[in-house]
Amino acid sequence: MKNPRRFRHSSPRRILLILALLSATGTLAASERAIMQSHGKAAKRPAEAEFGLGPRASAQGRFLATLEAEKPLRPRQLQQIRVVVTDRDGRATDDATLTIDGGMPQHGHGLPTRPRVTQRLGAGAYLVEGVRFNMGGWWEFSVTIAVADVTDTVTFNLDL
Amino acid sequence: MKNRAITAITVALLAAVPAAALPSRGAWSTAQLEELRALSLAALEPLPADPTNRVADDPAAADLGRRLFFDTRLSSNGRVACSTCHQPDRHFQDGTALATGVGTTGRRTMPIAATARIPFLFWDGRKDSLWAQALGPLESPVEHGGSRALYAHVVAEHYARDYEDLFGALPDLSQVPRAAGPAAAGEVASAWSRLDEVQRDGVTRVFVNIGKAIAAFERRIDPAPSRFDDYVAQLVEKGSADGLLSTDEVAGLRLFIGKANCTRCHNGPLLTNGEFHNTGVPVRADLPADSGRLAGAAAVLRDEFNCRSRWSDARADCAELDFMAAEGAVLERAYKVPSLRDVAERAPYMHAGQFATLGDVLDHYNLAPAAPAGQSELQPLDLEPAELRQLEAFLRTLSSSSAVKGAVARDARR
Repeated sequence: MKNPRRFRHSSPRRILLILALLSATGTLAASERAIMQSHGKAAKRPAEAEFGLGPRASAQGRFLATLEAEKPLRPRQLQQIRVVVTDRDGRATDDATLTIDGGMPQHGHGLPTRPRVTQRLGAGAYLVEGVRFNMGGWWEFSVTIAVADVTDTVTFNLDL
Repeated sequence: MKNRAITAITVALLAAVPAAALPSRGAWSTAQLEELRALSLAALEPLPADPTNRVADDPAAADLGRRLFFDTRLSSNGRVACSTCHQPDRHFQDGTALATGVGTTGRRTMPIAATARIPFLFWDGRKDSLWAQALGPLESPVEHGGSRALYAHVVAEHYARDYEDLFGALPDLSQVPRAAGPAAAGEVASAWSRLDEVQRDGVTRVFVNIGKAIAAFERRIDPAPSRFDDYVAQLVEKGSADGLLSTDEVAGLRLFIGKANCTRCHNGPLLTNGEFHNTGVPVRADLPADSGRLAGAAAVLRDEFNCRSRWSDARADCAELDFMAAEGAVLERAYKVPSLRDVAERAPYMHAGQFATLGDVLDHYNLAPAAPAGQSELQPLDLEPAELRQLEAFLRTLSSSSAVKGAVARDARR
């Protein structure tokens, strides 16, 4: 391992290598693949107004979601988050199936755990357990909401 | 307790004050200063409870565990104890690439400090509690090399009174051979299969309680303050800490939290996020194929002694196990991010001692070679040789003082 810098890859070679690896790695979870392909070091941190626990509209405007936590969200701790979902007119949405995803757009990795809804609390609220952010910084936390034939995703920007 | 409470309140207050409201300190911005404080031992939270181990915080269990930890009778050849590899005067590790008990393992001995604060143990996280971890080496044919029946007999012969005070009556071992266990091969496994269920449960119960006592001892071992912690404490309290770290060490710290990206994984007061990452560490040709966390995640889910098992004292509260990532390409050759506390005292490095020196480790991170399997998460850092030297100088400030180390070792052996 002496003088390894002599063998440093040039940037174009590395990019080709990464692309080759990405295309070869068919077993990457869809979410991981999406995050790794669409982001990278160049991902630009959103404006401060885009951060926070909501209420925040889904991508296609079908739902509003708000995050609630007993304690401020912290790095490394396993945490619970309540997600409160309404339709665009503010009516509680109780019969949805929620899927949680997320990651760090600037670092190309997803969530280190597999959080999921463990309780429907009523009044549009869902308890999500098993949330961990393994470092400080900008995280995306996305909640995909499916009701009957409507599916839409709310993406929160969180600053840990 | 009072000090701890005051620390906790201070931590809570500091966390509640927006960074911008704090005055800046020397050459560090207020945001950087907050980042430094979060890496120092002042930010260490109270030890979390271990509901899976009823005796985790019982001083009598810790005392029994301490004696078991040093007892070489808990091995097939009478010469191997936990302390053979986890040596108190060497930060509870052995300074060799591959641990050697009655044989040689395929992994580097991990230190013990603060392991009670990390959810998954071993380099691949194949255990989810300190007591379950302690049982692994006891039944490994290349570590302690014995069987759980042997260990039950040793406890009955040498620790009966202390054991029964803590855990209740020992089982009847009169018809149990000294060598019998499910993890072994050949005659030892056959002897185990000839035992009836009551005998097997009785032996396993003693075996589990050995682990729980050792865990009660180990969970009291926390990292000791380093020069880095002194530096941050003085910065926070007095506004400057001139002379506590050299110019190179401060420059290294700046790189550590800046362009070297170290805090992506080495964050928090233990300087680890407790997770598993593929950093492209090379394969050792003399070892069998090793998929790291991919195999470890599968192993902990089916582990006989995991949080959900009947041997756990808290089967209802197993969130770490329930929500862990158990599949995915990112687990391939991902290994535990070790704490960097006392890192300069713990060569060689990586899960099988692949790198002899800190300089070799930093060269690896700087180069970021492709992983032998899976995908490395590293990006080349393009650091200059002088910057690598500064980073290494900073890493050396994470060592606790030798006086503290001596006291820890004496206390452990007390």
